Amino acid sequence: MLGAAMLEQTVQIVANERDRNLYFRLVMRAPQIAPLVQPGQFAHLRIPPLKAALLRRPFSIFQVEDDTFSILYKTVGQGTEVLSRMRAGEELSAIGPLGHGFTTPRAGGETPLLVAGGYGMAAMFLLAQRSPQNGIVFVGGRRREDILCEDEFRALGWEVRATTEDGSYGEKGLVTQPLLAEIQNPKSKIRNYKLFACGPTPMLKAVGALAAEFDVPAELSMDEHMCCGVGVCLTCVIPVKSGDGWKYQRTCTEGPVFDARQIVWEGIR
Amino acid sequence: MATNQGGRACAVWFGGDALNLSVQLGKLTLQNPVTVASGTFGYGVEYAQLLDLNQLGAVTVKGIRLHPVRGNPTPRTAEVTSGLLNAIGLQGPGVDGFIQKYWPFLKGLRVPTIINIWGTTVEEYAEVARRFDALGGVGALELNVSCPNIKEGGAQFGTDCHLLAQVVAACRRATALPLITKLSPNVVSIAPYAKAAEDAGSDALAITNSYPAMAIDIETRRPRLANVTGGLTGPCIKPIAIKLVWEAAKAVKIPIIGMGGVQTAADAIEFMMAGATAVAVGTANFYEPQTALTVIAGLRAFMERNQIQDVSELVGSVQTPGRKSAPATANRPAKSPVENPPAGGYVGPQ
Repeated sequence: MLGAAMLEQTVQIVANERDRNLYFRLVMRAPQIAPLVQPGQFAHLRIPPLKAALLRRPFSIFQVEDDTFSILYKTVGQGTEVLSRMRAGEELSAIGPLGHGFTTPRAGGETPLLVAGGYGMAAMFLLAQRSPQNGIVFVGGRRREDILCEDEFRALGWEVRATTEDGSYGEKGLVTQPLLAEIQNPKSKIRNYKLFACGPTPMLKAVGALAAEFDVPAELSMDEHMCCGVGVCLTCVIPVKSGDGWKYQRTCTEGPVFDARQIVWEGIR
Repeated sequence: MATNQGGRACAVWFGGDALNLSVQLGKLTLQNPVTVASGTFGYGVEYAQLLDLNQLGAVTVKGIRLHPVRGNPTPRTAEVTSGLLNAIGLQGPGVDGFIQKYWPFLKGLRVPTIINIWGTTVEEYAEVARRFDALGGVGALELNVSCPNIKEGGAQFGTDCHLLAQVVAACRRATALPLITKLSPNVVSIAPYAKAAEDAGSDALAITNSYPAMAIDIETRRPRLANVTGGLTGPCIKPIAIKLVWEAAKAVKIPIIGMGGVQTAADAIEFMMAGATAVAVGTANFYEPQTALTVIAGLRAFMERNQIQDVSELVGSVQTPGRKSAPATANRPAKSPVENPPAGGYVGPQ
């Protein structure tokens, strides 16, 4: 009856540094949580200086090293702005690791093609690191500064193909363009694909559509508003296929990673 | 150190005297006065890894009707200043789904389960009550007549005294389990509703449910909830709930579970002073799952600091102008030693 192991822990900030522009990397010492983390899982952080904003904030876990884990986040609201001003040595409460993550590829199985939009890259790093075979990361963003941590993926031996909407870096356009080109490329050496994606909902929907069109398996990390993060409040539900109809499932518990074929896109904003 | 003593589920010894935190809700004994609010704690099991459920006064589960409920479209919640707006729409597994999926876990707990039930007709409330009566081992039923987020059922029964009395009376006939009626805050005066529930056979009241409210995203000019309006909870509604508990406590003799924004022991004590026999932690579970346990610990510390032996001494002990004694309640057991009773004592049915 109990789900996967999770716990609440007071974590100490080891580092909280600007990656670039509005993006930050936060490393926390979390000896109990760190060893449990699977690719695609998240941590739910209580940011103590927030008084009138009550809720925790969910963040994909980026990297795990020894007794620490890190997140890669963008300052998008009051929670992340306050978080970005916290310093090494300060503490916050983390619940984690949470959620149903990506299926780590099998040795000799499908070649993983990762598709990330902006800081969606954060959710993909552990998957790439723990995959027995290397694949390709397709990363997209509005501008050059939205293309994050390419070097870390390259250091793992992965190929990175970047796109920007304004053409300031990589190929101009949407991240699904080079992905489509790869899938359609008759000269590609890759025979067996599996797609893994994390990013804004329209991007996920486009990846889901490509997966359906070419009959390629795909796992998508869905981005929904969360409240409790542990399956209680039923805020973060999305419609998924069930028998002849559909039912709501929780992004925090049955997700955030779902099989693309299960998602009922008409019911998603 | 905790021990069982003389039927009291939880007594802590200090300086040779026992601290008694146990309270009665009708025939239901809680080892301490702190439970959780329905809808903020799932079915207990979701939080089992994050806190010891057996330390609670009771586990109160999310509202259940006869059949499974899909709930409202998203977005279902919105964070607002010092609060949370929600319109979940009582998504749930129905009676059978609950019994199959969650009851095996809950019945294994050492603390009672309070099952929150609802329906769209008086008959459905009664049928759900019968089903849980037949199940055996349920601590109490909480009648949800106050959910603002569903079209039928819920608040329509909680904002009409006649319908409210019908629902409570029908459930009273259907079960011998303790009945707790959860009242809506959205009434001009809560006293007649409290009295109607008491007269119809309710053993206790839960005050209060979420307050009808709305929030708008000014960039998109759209409501922040798909349901347009929702129910407001969290610390921002606490003063409203305190007043409702205080008013209801003057009108009835049955015990009240106070809820609305409890985050700390001080909040819980405030509810008890207003007239609540027990309290429920609600929205705070979403951001600090350990809240109920820290409230219990803080309540103990307050009792020790103020040499209060029995937590019931706090109930209704607010000293309002022109009132030298605490309001009459049935919640203060005559057996409890009150060393310094307020001038005039209290007037209870016992």
